[in-house]
Formats: sequence, C-alpha cells, structure tokens
Amino acid sequence: MNEFAESAIRAVELVASGDPELLRIVGLSFAVSATATITSTTFGLFAGAALAVWRFTGREGVIVLLNTLLALPSVVVGLVIYMLLSRAGPLGSFGILFTPAAMVIAQSFLVAPIVAALTRQAVEDALRDHGEQLRSLGASPFECALIIAWDERIALLTVALVAFGRAISEVGAVMMVGGNIAGVTRVMTTAIALETSKGDLPLALGLGMVLLFVVLLLNVLIGALRGWRLSGDQRRGVVA
Amino acid sequence: MIELQSASVHFGTVAALKDVSFALSRGDRVALVGANGSGKSTLLRAMHGLVPLAAGRRVVGEVPSPRVAMVFQHPFMLRTSTLSNVELGLVLQRMPKAQRRERAMRALERVGLAAEAGRIARVLSAGQQQRAALARAWAVQPDVLLLDEPTASLDPTAKREVENLIAEFSAQGITMIMSSHNLGQVKRLADRVLYLEHGRVLADVSSEHFFSGPLPDEATLFLKGELPWV
Repeated sequence: MNEFAESAIRAVELVASGDPELLRIVGLSFAVSATATITSTTFGLFAGAALAVWRFTGREGVIVLLNTLLALPSVVVGLVIYMLLSRAGPLGSFGILFTPAAMVIAQSFLVAPIVAALTRQAVEDALRDHGEQLRSLGASPFECALIIAWDERIALLTVALVAFGRAISEVGAVMMVGGNIAGVTRVMTTAIALETSKGDLPLALGLGMVLLFVVLLLNVLIGALRGWRLSGDQRRGVVA
Repeated sequence: MIELQSASVHFGTVAALKDVSFALSRGDRVALVGANGSGKSTLLRAMHGLVPLAAGRRVVGEVPSPRVAMVFQHPFMLRTSTLSNVELGLVLQRMPKAQRRERAMRALERVGLAAEAGRIARVLSAGQQQRAALARAWAVQPDVLLLDEPTASLDPTAKREVENLIAEFSAQGITMIMSSHNLGQVKRLADRVLYLEHGRVLADVSSEHFFSGPLPDEATLFLKGELPWV
C-alpha cells in the first residue's frame, strides 16, 4: 500500500513538473494516433457512405465481415502489418518497420473498420428515413449519402473521437510494429507495459494517469456533443 | 405530361399499386383520395419515378422532360439554415451560388418566410417547415408539383396558410397532384379526383362528379364514412 501511495505521489509530481521523457512519450502517442485517426476516418467515412448506398451482390457478406472486423484483435493486426513490413515481406523495401509510420499504419487498419461500420449504419438509417426526399430533389444515391453524412456530422465526429480513443489506448499492434524504442517509437501504452515490467511504477502510473485523462476527456467531449445535439433537436421538437 | 400505363408497384410481397393507368395533363389539379394504405403515396412516388415499377411503364410525354418537385407530409430539413435548405434542390442542379441564393430568397419571400432565412430550419414550427418545403419545391420552378398529404399534421391556421400557397402555385399554372384525407380541401383545390382502394384506381372523375355522384359503391361508402351528413 505504501509503495503504491509513494508511486502515485511521484507519478503526480512527474505529470505536474512536465517531465521531458513523459512529455515526449505523450507527444508521440498523440501524433501517431491523430495521424491514424485522420487517415482511417477519411477512408472509413467514404467506405461506409459508399456501402450504405451501393447495392451489389455479396453486400450483406461485406457488412458481416466489416462488423466482424470491429472486434479485430490488435495483435493480429500487428502480426499482419509486421509480416508485410518486415524485410522479407512484400513491403519490406520501404524500410519502415519499427518507425512511427508503421505504427500509424497498424492503428489505421485497426480503427478504419470501426469508422466504416458506424458510418455505414448512421448513413443507412438516415437514408431509410430521408433518402427518398433527397432523391425527389434530384440527388444521386452517392449525393444522398454525402448530404446525409454532412447532416450527421456531429454523430460522425463522435465516431472519429471513438476511433481516436481506440487508437491511443491500443498496445499490441504498436508494440509489435513499433518495437517500443525509447525516443523513437515509445508511446504511452507500450511505455506503461515496459516500465511496469522494469519496476518503474511512478512513470508507468504517470503515463496511465495521462492516458486515463485523455480517454476521460474524449468521453466528456462525446457526451457533450451528444447532449448538444439532443437538446437542440428536442428544442426544435424533432425526435432524434 | 407523365403517364403510368398498367403500373404495379410491390414492396416485398405487398402489392401497393395494381395495374394503374393514369395520364397527367398540363394544368391538371388532381386529388388522390382513399383510405390509409390505398396506394395514394405510392402513386405519387411512381409518378415521380421514385419507386421501381414491378409491371407496366412510366412514360414522359414531353421533351424536355417536365421538371417534377415533391412535398412530403413530414418534410426533411437539414441541420442548417432555412435558406440553405431551400437552396438544396438548386445546389443539386449545379446552379451558380449567387443565382441560387437569389432564387431561394425569392421562394422564401413567396411563402412568407424571408425573415426566417437565417434561422436553423429545424427550429421552425411544423407549418413553417411545410412552407419552407413548398419554397424548396417552388424554387426549382417545377412543371409538376406532387404533394403527399401536405397539411395532414398541421394545425388549422398553418393548414390554411399552406393550402393558400398550393392554390396560388396551382393558379400560376403548375400542374398539381395531391393526396389528401381532407375532402373540403379536395373540393377547394382539385378539379379532378382519383379514388383509390387496395392499390387500384376505382374512379377517375371530375371534382364535381366526385361529390355529386354517381360513383362506384366503394367510393360512395368511403364518402359516406368521411362525410356522414351527405
């Protein structure tokens, strides 16, 4: 108990004093996860919107596969990306294994299905309710999807925040393709795992606090966005 | 202008429209009458080409094709200003910004909503939203206006305002088809009435004929139910 309390106090001191190593790790975590979120959200939004409007043979199968990918284990993503980027792999010539770029790729693959699946659901539901009215105004199916996506921008922003939360709290894939190299590919989650195994509990706890704070902040943001939208719709007499 | 020839529409196993033939002529003011589920809305959608026909044909008899706009019972307003909502049809026509803004403002003035142009459309009352939907339809300068129960969920004042606008648009020469449960409104706005039951058109007569008879038994029973004092 004493050791835990001491570690916690030192962790708070580390965070409060702006420890350079801690800041470097937090900074890299944000950079990697934000880049992965932007990449996967851009791809996922278009893929989800297209899947919502595009009718083709095997579409149901694609949707089942996409929903299955929501539960994609991060170590599997890590393994596949590792094999692709390793020197003997098909993309080995790029030489990006154990760099932040590899971590961005791994997180993007992990998060893109979440964005695509949630976007597909949101756009398809809205299209079912309002698509006909948009088509009556002359919108093509893809224009309908784009208009709906724009109209559902708050919901889709929430999806992006969920994606960022998943990316920044992920450990397995970035550990495998990043290698957890100090000052190069060490991010919050991999550092927590390493420092705990080394017995440096204050740094691990400090990073854990920052990570928890980030996740908490994301949830507050998501809640605020939802509340803002719901209260707006209720004020306007619209059933959300 | 637009004609349905032996048109049938199916939703899964349900036949919503069965072997309907109906030709719309320029200047027509048509009311579709019938119980819920009789196929009124489906007929409007089929006229617009929004639902695929399981059988029969939709023929457009004019070149260029007449411009068709539709107003729904619950208009869908985007989470943006009323002006932007009215501009939507024009944006989809790729109209230059200055021109569409001017046209949309004119449409809002036409329906008495110019003062609400900057307000979020979903803040408007149901009656105002329906007027905004009429402005959105009018802005595309339609030859044919399809109206699906346009006043069904409105209070009496809003109902009167919307009805006046429909009458004005119609007097302006816009061909109109409207589904309605309000027989008084049908009498005021239409000069031709189609009575539908179970997806079939059982009567296609002038408004005067519809209210004075004789009509098929089903239509007479419907009228008696709606207007018990007749």
